Amino acid sequence: MEELLEILRDMHPDVDFETEEHLIDNGILDSLDIVSLISEISENFDVTITARDIVPENFNSAQALYDLVRRLEDEG
Amino acid sequence: MLFTSYGFLGFTAALFLLYYLLPKRCQQPLLLGASCLFYLAAGPGYILYILTTALTVWFAGVRMGKNAVEASAWLKEHKEELSREERKAYKEGRKRVRRRWLAGCLLLNLGILAVVKYLNFIIANWNAVLTAAGRTGQLSFFALALPLGISFYTFQAVGYLVDVYRGTVEAEKSPLRFLLFISFFPQLIQGPISRYGDLGKTLYAPHGFDAKQVSFGLQRMLWGYFKKLVLADRILAAVMTVVGDVGTYQGAYAAVGMLFYTVQLYADFTGGIDVTIGLAQALGITVKENFVRPYFSKSLKEYWRRWHISMCSWFRDYLFYPISTSGAMQRFTKFTRKRLGDKIGRRLPVYLSSFVVWFSTGLWHGASWNFIVWGLLNYAVLMLSEELEPLYERFHKRFAVKGKLWYRLFQVGRTFLLVCVLNIFDCYATLGETVRAIGSVFTVRNWSVLWDGSLLKLGLTGLDYGILAGGCALMLGVSLVQRGGSVRERIHEKPYWARFVLWYGLFLAVLLMGAYGVGYDQSQFIYNRF
Repeated sequence: MEELLEILRDMHPDVDFETEEHLIDNGILDSLDIVSLISEISENFDVTITARDIVPENFNSAQALYDLVRRLEDEG
Repeated sequence: MLFTSYGFLGFTAALFLLYYLLPKRCQQPLLLGASCLFYLAAGPGYILYILTTALTVWFAGVRMGKNAVEASAWLKEHKEELSREERKAYKEGRKRVRRRWLAGCLLLNLGILAVVKYLNFIIANWNAVLTAAGRTGQLSFFALALPLGISFYTFQAVGYLVDVYRGTVEAEKSPLRFLLFISFFPQLIQGPISRYGDLGKTLYAPHGFDAKQVSFGLQRMLWGYFKKLVLADRILAAVMTVVGDVGTYQGAYAAVGMLFYTVQLYADFTGGIDVTIGLAQALGITVKENFVRPYFSKSLKEYWRRWHISMCSWFRDYLFYPISTSGAMQRFTKFTRKRLGDKIGRRLPVYLSSFVVWFSTGLWHGASWNFIVWGLLNYAVLMLSEELEPLYERFHKRFAVKGKLWYRLFQVGRTFLLVCVLNIFDCYATLGETVRAIGSVFTVRNWSVLWDGSLLKLGLTGLDYGILAGGCALMLGVSLVQRGGSVRERIHEKPYWARFVLWYGLFLAVLLMGAYGVGYDQSQFIYNRF
């Protein structure tokens, strides 16, 4: 989780990712951020996030994103 | 059948009566019949195109859905017997089959769109290359008519197909229900490009007569007609005069043309969508919003989140994300990060994918270089502002202007002017004329035409300007009030007499101030031609 938070903080230092739960709904992460984020995640974790996974529910909070990464890791 | 024709009003009224008078089980067949009739009115031959798209996409969807269900059941049954790798290999094998259905169906339907919409454009460019190279043997053009709403219904069908492939919606089993989704007439000719998961929720449900929903729907239609008939069709005369003769109308005239076209485009497109959403609402069906006060945007990026939302989100979900997150792009990212460093390597995939999206967005609007350049200019501005982001941050750290009213107004004004300039690429006959007109704003000094009466010679009288000013003020006022919630809900809370005066007044305004008159030509909606 800490690794993921670091990636997010690197993109938007001014956002409190531990409490923010509307990253997409509030327009904090836009489509360009999401693509950068996916590329960072694939670089640091052994998972592939595809276009199918890009729905607000998976990206609205750091926790949701972390859950997605864990789920994809489990699916292998 | 144009939304502004008497035929359409009669057709809608008849449908409306039957819809609520007949038993509820008749509503779906009635809507489908009405949609087919609406389509047939455009020309009997066109219906073959939409039927081909509907049937092929429906069939491919059913096959993909069946494949996914069978795969899931088989895996459940054999879960204990298989290793993780075997399960993965099985899943991949079944997915490959679904991918073939997806690719084949996409190829067919996007191929049809490409041929009818772009073949002659490709031939024209090929011929131009031959001429430039001094070669003879020009290719001749094909007599292809563009089927009504093909860009909209093809995209809607493709969105559904990809959603079924991704497993985010279940495949529709009934071909007739699917045909209704594709051909639902209020949104057939200018969108919005609905998602099956959204529209399907209310499209197939039986609807009882709900007086509030029906009156809200009709009120929204009336507001749409006001924008289209009183404002868009009135200002059209001046826009046509200015863009029709770039040699005469330069400098201040060209600037006025840009401003007027931006007003026309807003009134025309949002007005048309108001009619669509209002009509659907009167029938109990929810069509998603396509605009959120776009001209209040503080940047071009924000503007594209608030203007033609269904098209933008289509390009984002079905083109931008698939390209930018594809395996090839991920490998390319790794490669560029290694060779060019993190900073550039991180940006390149986004910039490449965005380029494809904006090129396609331009091309979607029309088979012309005007539209392609318009798309790429949007791309250039968006990417430039991305690059300048650190500079903005430094500026805002130094000067505490962010959030102040005057600065927000400045940002809105700046974005509006930018949109005015970009929009004009729709209008002039050629790219050369567009560049000449924009250039003339900076080189030709004739600003006195703004106050010496010259503007009264553009096809608009003083009364027309008065009506336009009043109408624009009303649109602005409605948008400002809308920020605090639904305007119709607020009006609904007023006493009966106040509501009557307001809606009857708007009705009279459409009737008396609509741009009809002698020789009135029902202008088609701008987005009908896309």
